Amino acid sequence: MRLRDAFLLAAVTALTAGAPARGQELTGTLKKVKESGAITIGTRDSSVPFSYLDGDQKPVGYALDICLKVADAVKTHLKLDKLDVKFNPVTSATRIPLIANGTIDLECGSTTNNADRQKQAAFTNTHFLTATRFVAKKDKGLTKTDDLKGRTVVSTSGTTNIRQINEINTARSLGMKILPAKDHAEAFLMVETGRADAFVMDDVLLASLVAGSKTPDAYAISSEAQSKPEPYGIMLRKDDAPFKAVVDEATAALYKSPEGKALYEKWFTQAIPPRGINLKLPMSEAMQKAFANPSDSADPAAY
Amino acid sequence: MFSNFDFSVIAASLPYLFGQGMVFTLTLTALAATGGIVFGTGLAMMRLSGIPGVTQAAKLYVELMRSLPLVLVIFWFYFLVPYIGAWVTGSATPIQVGAFASALVTFTLFEAAYFAEIMRAGIQSIAKGQSAAASALGMSYWQTMRLVVLPQALRNMLPLLLTQTIVLFQDTSLVYVLSLTDFMGAASKVAQRDGRLVEMYLFAALVYFAVCFTASWLVRRLQTRVAIIR
Amino acid sequence: MNYTWNWGIFLEPSPEGVGTYADMLLSGLSWTIATALCSWVIAFGLGSVIGVLRTLPSKTANAVGTAYVELFRNVPLLVQMFLWYFVLPEVLPTEIGTAVKQLPDAPFYTAVLCLGFFTASRVAEQVRAGIQSLPRGQRLAGTALGFTVAQTYRYVLLPNAYRIILPPLTSEFLNNLKNTSVALTIGLLELTARARSMQEFSFQVFEAFTAATILYVLINLVVIAGATLLERAVAVPGGR
Repeated sequence: MRLRDAFLLAAVTALTAGAPARGQELTGTLKKVKESGAITIGTRDSSVPFSYLDGDQKPVGYALDICLKVADAVKTHLKLDKLDVKFNPVTSATRIPLIANGTIDLECGSTTNNADRQKQAAFTNTHFLTATRFVAKKDKGLTKTDDLKGRTVVSTSGTTNIRQINEINTARSLGMKILPAKDHAEAFLMVETGRADAFVMDDVLLASLVAGSKTPDAYAISSEAQSKPEPYGIMLRKDDAPFKAVVDEATAALYKSPEGKALYEKWFTQAIPPRGINLKLPMSEAMQKAFANPSDSADPAAY
Repeated sequence: MFSNFDFSVIAASLPYLFGQGMVFTLTLTALAATGGIVFGTGLAMMRLSGIPGVTQAAKLYVELMRSLPLVLVIFWFYFLVPYIGAWVTGSATPIQVGAFASALVTFTLFEAAYFAEIMRAGIQSIAKGQSAAASALGMSYWQTMRLVVLPQALRNMLPLLLTQTIVLFQDTSLVYVLSLTDFMGAASKVAQRDGRLVEMYLFAALVYFAVCFTASWLVRRLQTRVAIIR
Repeated sequence: MNYTWNWGIFLEPSPEGVGTYADMLLSGLSWTIATALCSWVIAFGLGSVIGVLRTLPSKTANAVGTAYVELFRNVPLLVQMFLWYFVLPEVLPTEIGTAVKQLPDAPFYTAVLCLGFFTASRVAEQVRAGIQSLPRGQRLAGTALGFTVAQTYRYVLLPNAYRIILPPLTSEFLNNLKNTSVALTIGLLELTARARSMQEFSFQVFEAFTAATILYVLINLVVIAGATLLERAVAVPGGR
């Protein structure tokens, strides 16, 4: 009797332990990728240097490189001979519904990971930290949040930034006129052409837009930030633990390796396409910590 | 005022504008017009069928689509189509629908409502005696429609259908709101990247004008020729 | 379908802090209506002039009218919107251009002008068709009574033509109303734009768009009912 129990137990253990090795039943995104042999990456028009269009209008960028690594990891995990990587353009406003409805599998860009959004989508390990600020023409002398009183301000629709500036506007009754723009380039254009006084956005994106503009010296980024540095993450579909596990593992390995640092340096401290601008943004201490201990936490205090 | 114009921006981006943008626009227009005319004809036949329920359903569909702005419909379908796909195929998760396919479904379903009204007028323009004659010859409803009514309705309505297709060609520019790369999307991406709005938007306007003006001139010529044959 | 419905969302406060999501949509609705009405004034006035030009005996007047209609009909509305908003201030003299750009509610004025000029080309076609559908005798009768051309149009041709084209004008009015949504691309916070912001803030995509859809259908019904009443009110007694 005892012997039989022990035998059974051993058999059960062997079965359960053996199961993962033989490959579990695939579900969700992994199943879809395996069956279609393709993975679709959502890309941005003008989230420099995370995900944007280069001189030939091909998507490139730091977040895109990370996603390509993830795609490789997915390919290896699924033991596929060939994985077709497709690109689908998204905007700040369309990215979350498009992740949810399956049009894209990974969103590679500059998406802030916050608690609100985690109810709609999942995020993998943080790949950047940035705070909300605004850019304005230097001659307007706008540097603090209160300077925006009564001004026309633009931000990109569907971002955390437009929400923050709306909240600040109400809380401090600044009477700003807040216009939504389709994408960062369009919003910056509103400032460039004088349609708006300031553009509220993540500071890193503002710095890139200024550096890429015709007259970088004409613009100044606000000294006061409108938020704490918040984490950027690559977005995945919610409730798809097996896929998230693969992506988390791939990004964690990348960020901890020298390759991750090299990737960061390639996009932030060297000349980037299409016009060979160098953003000169060496890795901050918080960023180094975020790379050493990869985390998908949405809490700014965790970094 | 044109002194600081930089036309080299246009020249440099021509392959992108036409090779990618215009090809997208034309393919979308051609496929959506074909699909829209087929589905629209179906809707028109449903609406004229007199079958309780069917007539009202077709009417409701046409009236609903015609009372909504295209921009709203584009957003609706871009987010909704994968769920509809999942529902149709019985899949548990939304099925993946590419941006082009989504746009195609949107324009086909939206323009079908407008094509349906044109085809309804076309079918009604065929004298009742003709279908009566066809039934007298022992033709079934479908035979009457396929062999007698629809060919004439299509021919009578050809100029209007083509004019509506030109409208559709212009309407496809609204996929801009989804950041897709149609001709207008391509033009605005170049415009924003290079900060050359004035040149690119004027050029886009010129190209649209040239295409639509030529096309509507051809339609008018066709109209007079069709009129003479009749 | 793994979508979480939440119809109570409309009563929740919007992050803009000045009311609920329902208030946000209603403010969009009022911008839509304001834009549609203001642009219709331009469209109707200018469209009538252009339509009349195309029916005058003068060759020059015909050419001007035709050129206008062809120009505004053959360029997509979105492109026209961008020309008015992004291109026009740049080709104007610098001071005027800057002043234009710094107007408060610039997207609203731009949208009104753009839609007004765009819809005018369509109204013009209806007016022309209406005038041309009248028997030639009417024009001749006007001349026989010693009317000038202006008087003939004012007292004979136009009153008849407008009555005939009331139904197509109603549908042009509705098209104009729907076209206001294109102005979201230049930052006008009209109904579709507000539904989109609501979706972005609350993540309730389908509730937001359903509400916008219902509001658009309602305005359509109101306009159609209004047009029917108007048609009855202006009908010539004993006429068709």
